[in-house]
Amino acid sequence: MRARAVAAQLALLAAVAFVVWYLASNTVANLEARRIASGFGFLAREAGFEIGESPFLSYGAADSYARAILIGLINTFRVALIGVVLATVLGTLLGLARLSRNWLLAKFAAGYVELLRNVPLLVQLFFLYAVITENLPGPRAALSPLPGVFLSNRGFAFPVLQPHAAHAWIGVALLAGMVLAWLVARWARRRQALTGQPFPAFAAGAALVLGLPLVVFLAAGAPLALARPSLQGFNFTGGAVLSPEFATLLGGLTLYTAAFIAEIVRAGVQAVDRGQFEAAYSLGLPRPRTMRLVILPQALRVIIPPLTSQYLNLTKNSSLAVAIGYPDLVSIANTTMNQTGQAIEGIAIIMAVYLSISLSISVLMNWYNKRIALKGARA
Amino acid sequence: MRWVRENLFGNWASAIATLAILWLAWKLVPPFVQWALIDAVWVSPDSRPCRAEGAGACWALIAEKHRFILFGTYPFEHQWRPGLAILLLIALYVASALRRFWRPALALAWIGGLALIGLLMWGGTAGLAYVENERWGGLALTLLLATFGIAFAFPLSILLALGRRSKLPAVRALSVLWIELVRGVPLISLLFMASVMLPLFLPEGVNIDKLLRALLAMIVFAAAYLAEVVRGGLQAIPHGQGEAADALGLPYWRKTLLVILPQALRISIPPLVNTFIAFFKDTSLVVIIGLFDLLTSIKVALGEPAWSGFGVEAYLFAALVYFAFCFAMSRYSQDLERELERGHARTERGV
Repeated sequence: MRARAVAAQLALLAAVAFVVWYLASNTVANLEARRIASGFGFLAREAGFEIGESPFLSYGAADSYARAILIGLINTFRVALIGVVLATVLGTLLGLARLSRNWLLAKFAAGYVELLRNVPLLVQLFFLYAVITENLPGPRAALSPLPGVFLSNRGFAFPVLQPHAAHAWIGVALLAGMVLAWLVARWARRRQALTGQPFPAFAAGAALVLGLPLVVFLAAGAPLALARPSLQGFNFTGGAVLSPEFATLLGGLTLYTAAFIAEIVRAGVQAVDRGQFEAAYSLGLPRPRTMRLVILPQALRVIIPPLTSQYLNLTKNSSLAVAIGYPDLVSIANTTMNQTGQAIEGIAIIMAVYLSISLSISVLMNWYNKRIALKGARA
Repeated sequence: MRWVRENLFGNWASAIATLAILWLAWKLVPPFVQWALIDAVWVSPDSRPCRAEGAGACWALIAEKHRFILFGTYPFEHQWRPGLAILLLIALYVASALRRFWRPALALAWIGGLALIGLLMWGGTAGLAYVENERWGGLALTLLLATFGIAFAFPLSILLALGRRSKLPAVRALSVLWIELVRGVPLISLLFMASVMLPLFLPEGVNIDKLLRALLAMIVFAAAYLAEVVRGGLQAIPHGQGEAADALGLPYWRKTLLVILPQALRISIPPLVNTFIAFFKDTSLVVIIGLFDLLTSIKVALGEPAWSGFGVEAYLFAALVYFAFCFAMSRYSQDLERELERGHARTERGV
C-alpha cells in the first residue's frame, strides 16, 4: 500500500516535470525562431511612451521601462488604497443600513447590494466612463455642485488645503496623542486590574488624539487656505484634478466592493448571538461599552477574514484599468509587452507583484486569525 | 398608519433617513422615467432622431443592432443556429435548477446537450455549413464560455479539492500550488498568458485558436475558485462519515464517491452557485483580449460613428442582460439554501 502510494506520487511528479520540460523547450525553440530576446535586460532601455498620470514620481517618454513599470505599480497602489478606505466606509454604512429598523432604508440598501453585485464590474466601469466622458459638459461649462468643485468630461477638480508649515506639526501632535492615549489605556487597565476602579480611558484617549492636533491647529492660527481649481484655457489647474480614468476606476471599484462589504458586515453583526446583548445588559454594562467590549470583538472575528479577501479582490480588480486606459501596472506591462515582444517577462512581473501582495496579506491574516482565535477552541 | 410611524419614523434619525431617501427618489426617478421611457427613441434605422433636441434614451441602437449583440459576426443566414443553441442552454439551466431532475440522467442530458450545441455552432455535417469559431460572438459566445468553462472546471475542481486534502504530500503540494497561484493573480494576467504566452509554449506548427485558449485560461481560473468551495463542503462533513466508510472496508475511491462527495456537494450547492455567478460576470473580461462576447459586440456597435455617443444606453442594456442571468441565479441559490436548511432541521428533529 505504502509502496503503491510512493510510486503513484513519483509518476505524477515525473509527468508534471515532463510537461514543464516540454513546454519550456518549445518556448526556447520558439523564441529563437522568432528572434525574441529573453531576460530582463529590456527594463533598462528607454520606454518611449508617455503615461497619462504619474503622481509622486516624475516620468517622461525618455525614461526606462523599469521606471514606467514602477509608475504603474504606484498607480495601482494609489487607486487600491483609496478604494479600500472608501469601500470600507460605504460598505459598513450600507451593511448597517440593511439591518436598520427603517423599512425604506433597509430596502434601499438591499436594492443597492442586489443591483451592484449582479452586474459585472467591467460593465459598470464602461458605464461610468461613458457617463463621465460622453454626458458631462466640457470644462468651460463644467457642473459645479459645490463652490470650488467642478465636474466635467476632463475629470473632477476640487480644492485642496494649501500646504502650510503648521500641518507637519499637527501630524506630530496626532502621533503624540496616539502614544499618550495608548499609555493612558495601559495605565487604566492596570489600575482597574489592581483596584477595580474603572477609568474612562476611551474618552480620555479620544480627547488626546483629537485634542492635541486641534490645539496645535488653533495655536498656528487655523491655517485653512484652500488651493482652488480654476479654468485655464481648456482645462483646470490648481487644486486637485482627478482624471476621468482614475475617477471611473476609483468610483467603480468603491461602489462594487462596497456591495460585497455590506453583506459581510451584515452577516458579522447577525452572527453575534442575541444572548450576548442580553447577558451584557444584565451585567449592567451601558450600551456603548456593550458594543465595544462584547459585540464588536465577536462581530469582527467573523468580519475580518472575508473583509481582507475583499480588499485583495479590489486590488486584483484594479487590473481592469487596462480596459478604460488608466495606467496601472497591468496596463503599462501590457504596453511594454506589445513594444518589446517579451510577453513572458511582462506577465512574470505582473504575476510576481500580485502574488507577493496576496501572499503577504495571507501571512498577515493567518497571524491575525491565530491571535483572535477562541482560546482553547480547536482550529 | 401605525406601520408607517413604526417603520419609517421610529426616531428622529430614522425620520431623517426616510425623508432623505424620498427626496432623492423624487429628484431622480421622474427625470429618469422621462428620459428612459417617455422621451426615448425606440425604433429608428439611424441615430438622427436620437440626436434631436429633447430626445431621451436611444434604445433604437439596441433595436437596430440586436442581431449583432446576440450573435456577433456569425453568418447572418445561419443565425438561427446560435439562437437555438442559446435556447438549448437556457433549457439545460432551468432543468438543472429543478430538483425533480437531480438524477444521473441529468449528466447524460448535459453531455448530449453540449454535443448538440457544438454540432449546431460548428456545423460541417448534417447539411449545416461549417462556421469557424472566430465568427462566433455576442450573447451566444458569453453563454458558451460560461457553460463550457464550468462544465470542464467543475470536475477538475473536485479533483483539486480532494488533492488538497489528500494524505499524499506530492498530490497535496501540486493542488495547493495550483489553487494558491491562480487565486493570487488577477484573471486578466491569466487571459494575457493564454493569448500571448500559450502560442510560445506549443511546438512550431501547432495552433490553438484564440477562443479555445481563452477558454483554457477560464477553466484553470474557475477550477481553483470552485476547488476552495468544494473543500469547504468536504470539511463540513463530520469525521464519523469517513470513519464509518473505513470501518465498512470501502476503498478510498468508493468511500469518496459513494459517501463523502454526495454529502459534501449537496451542502456546497449554494456557495457553488455564487461562484458560478462570479464566473459568469468574469467572462466579460475577454473583451480585453478581443474575443467577441456580448460586451465586445456592444462596444463594437458603439464604435460605429453613426452610433457613437450612446454608451450610457448601450451599457445599461448590457447591465440588464447580465443582471437578468445573475439575479436569477442568486435568487435561486438563496431559496435553495433556505430549503436545504429546512430539510436539515427536519431530519435533526426527527432523530
